Amino acid sequence: MTEMAAGTAPAHHDPEASLLEVARPRPLLLVGSAVTGLLVVLLFVLWGYQAKEGLGVAGINRPVFWGIYIVNFVFWIGISHAGTLISAILRVVHAEWRRPLTRCAEAVTVFALMVGGLFPLIHMGRPWLFYWLLPYPNYRGLVPNFRSPLVWDVAAITAYLIGSSLYLLLPMIPDLAMLRDRSSDRGGVRYRLYRLLALGWRGTPLQWAALERGIGILAVAVIPVAVSVHTIVSWDFAMTMTPGWNSTIFGPYFVVGAIYSGIAVLLLAMAILRRGLHLEHVLTDKTFDNLGRLCLAMTLIWGYFTFAEHLTTWYAGDAASDSVHHALMSGRFGNLFWLMIFLNVIVPFALLVTRRGRRPLGAAIAAIGIVIGMWLERLLIVVPSLSKPRLPGLDGSYWPSPVELGIMLGSAGLFVFLYFVFVQVFPIVSIWEVREGREHKAVAAGQRATELARAGGGTV
Amino acid sequence: MTRWGMVIDTDRCTGCEACVVACSAENNVPTVGEDDAAMGRAMHWLRIERVVEGEFPDTRVRFVPVLCQHCGAAPCEPVCPVYATYHNDEGLNAMVYSRCVGTRFCANNCPYTVRTFNWRKPAWPEPLDRQLNPDVSVRPAGVMEKCTFCVQRIHDARHEADADERELRDGDVSPACAQSCPTQAIAFGDLADPESRVSRLARSRRAFQLLDDLGTAPGVVYRRGGLDLEETVMGELPLPGAADD
Repeated sequence: MTEMAAGTAPAHHDPEASLLEVARPRPLLLVGSAVTGLLVVLLFVLWGYQAKEGLGVAGINRPVFWGIYIVNFVFWIGISHAGTLISAILRVVHAEWRRPLTRCAEAVTVFALMVGGLFPLIHMGRPWLFYWLLPYPNYRGLVPNFRSPLVWDVAAITAYLIGSSLYLLLPMIPDLAMLRDRSSDRGGVRYRLYRLLALGWRGTPLQWAALERGIGILAVAVIPVAVSVHTIVSWDFAMTMTPGWNSTIFGPYFVVGAIYSGIAVLLLAMAILRRGLHLEHVLTDKTFDNLGRLCLAMTLIWGYFTFAEHLTTWYAGDAASDSVHHALMSGRFGNLFWLMIFLNVIVPFALLVTRRGRRPLGAAIAAIGIVIGMWLERLLIVVPSLSKPRLPGLDGSYWPSPVELGIMLGSAGLFVFLYFVFVQVFPIVSIWEVREGREHKAVAAGQRATELARAGGGTV
Repeated sequence: MTRWGMVIDTDRCTGCEACVVACSAENNVPTVGEDDAAMGRAMHWLRIERVVEGEFPDTRVRFVPVLCQHCGAAPCEPVCPVYATYHNDEGLNAMVYSRCVGTRFCANNCPYTVRTFNWRKPAWPEPLDRQLNPDVSVRPAGVMEKCTFCVQRIHDARHEADADERELRDGDVSPACAQSCPTQAIAFGDLADPESRVSRLARSRRAFQLLDDLGTAPGVVYRRGGLDLEETVMGELPLPGAADD
């Protein structure tokens, strides 16, 4: 692959050249960006209103001190496990089918993290003081409380955002160089952006070797970071003595749920991109089939964890945990709980277990179910435990206010907005990696043909 | 070293809520209005829980005033990311309002659910807004608050003792709730001093602590059991009110 000098191959000899055309403005995407852009405005207007009026405009109360802001925080951080973790694991194990989906997944990670990272700030009573959670030098010698899981959160999420941003940008360098070299308008914003981000890439053997090494190191390093992030998010709950939260299984349970919801969003994003950008030749049925199998495995693992978590709580039956458990299974939250099981286990299993169901349409339907189901799971972790305090006097209830729902809608808008803009500026499929895969295959086929010919010649 | 503590005799509590009102007046606790109160946003630092004992028709309601237990091993303290809630060396679980950023993690980890949050800017209807206590800061929107054991009264008593060049005496400090209780169900003092009134009351076989199996080491001791048995059999101390006579 060292012979692949960026931007030198003429278009008509290059099967991947059409992918370069993907990164350009499109009418439908522009409209989509405008609509979601309005949702982003809604998000910040409502947040400003809440900051001015106080958290009274949300539905949270005593004892349900945490509401859907925390639910969305956990949900989006979970989604962010789509990319980096999946693409890193697949890279490390040299899974060839990863090639067309890595970029798409890594972009999901970065944008989901950006959205998820907003929610702790939205959730705070005095968000303008968020920097007090950072260990910055100050004349009073004040430091954050390193015993608090929230401070661990800040560290873990910051590390993950930096790591996954690098992991998105680094493998994009050869593609950016290609875009830079093909840019007709040398004075334009796009050209300058590509030139800046391509970091002077010329495709020399030395540069290729450095890139390979860099990606190799990042892919390995980012896996423990990703695992630690959602483990620490789970510890916001598991470290407390609140019934229903204090669970040893929460770390791995959250990581599994995160990967599960991440794969679902990735499947959904791929299905939409495939259709919208006509990428059927790249994001093939085979890609969906493989990712669908991975998703099916996660369905089973998630179902197993959920079963184990609730069975042990129910069997031990201590009074405080039991009241939460009862509210979940058959009480106030019973309907939502069984809806979650339906969407997270039954629907995806029924679809993904068949080859037909793993095609883009079936996978997309399963993915929508999982996304809603996993949001419900986060809700059913946060709210029921808080609504059942140990002392009987404050039996709580919670319903999100219009401001909370508006901010949630806006956050989804922000994610889609960022994604739409990204797709129009950057190639959503990693061009050089797809090309490398095709060449590997060709070389392998050639070798095989030679070997067969030799073997054939030998026997005759 | 002082360990401030409280003893509450539930046999004496009539559930009149004078303590709740006195606490709110003393500590500038905002009123939140009907709508927010219905949502569970009332900010009282002290609430009266009702526990129904016995089987119908032989039932009886017991009132349990619940306030911050000033736990020796307080679950709210380690989870605060900015040390806004901390333990002082007199056993008080203290709040630094100006340091609080409002994550509400402390409130979630309090097994007694006694912490309250300023959901909105504090407000009082006429004429309550003209009787704010100048010794207590008014908390802004977005911060947590809770019972302080009337720390301002502890400071006042200490200043007076210092001026008189003497040590603090048992009974020098009385929080608003204890002061206003018509049946004198609430006693306050130094649990580290074995001769103090609270120490003597806490040594009763009638004494218990809320959720003490959680290992929180509360600084509030409750008493229950009625006038039968132990009190006379043990030859124990008189009831809180009688101790003053």
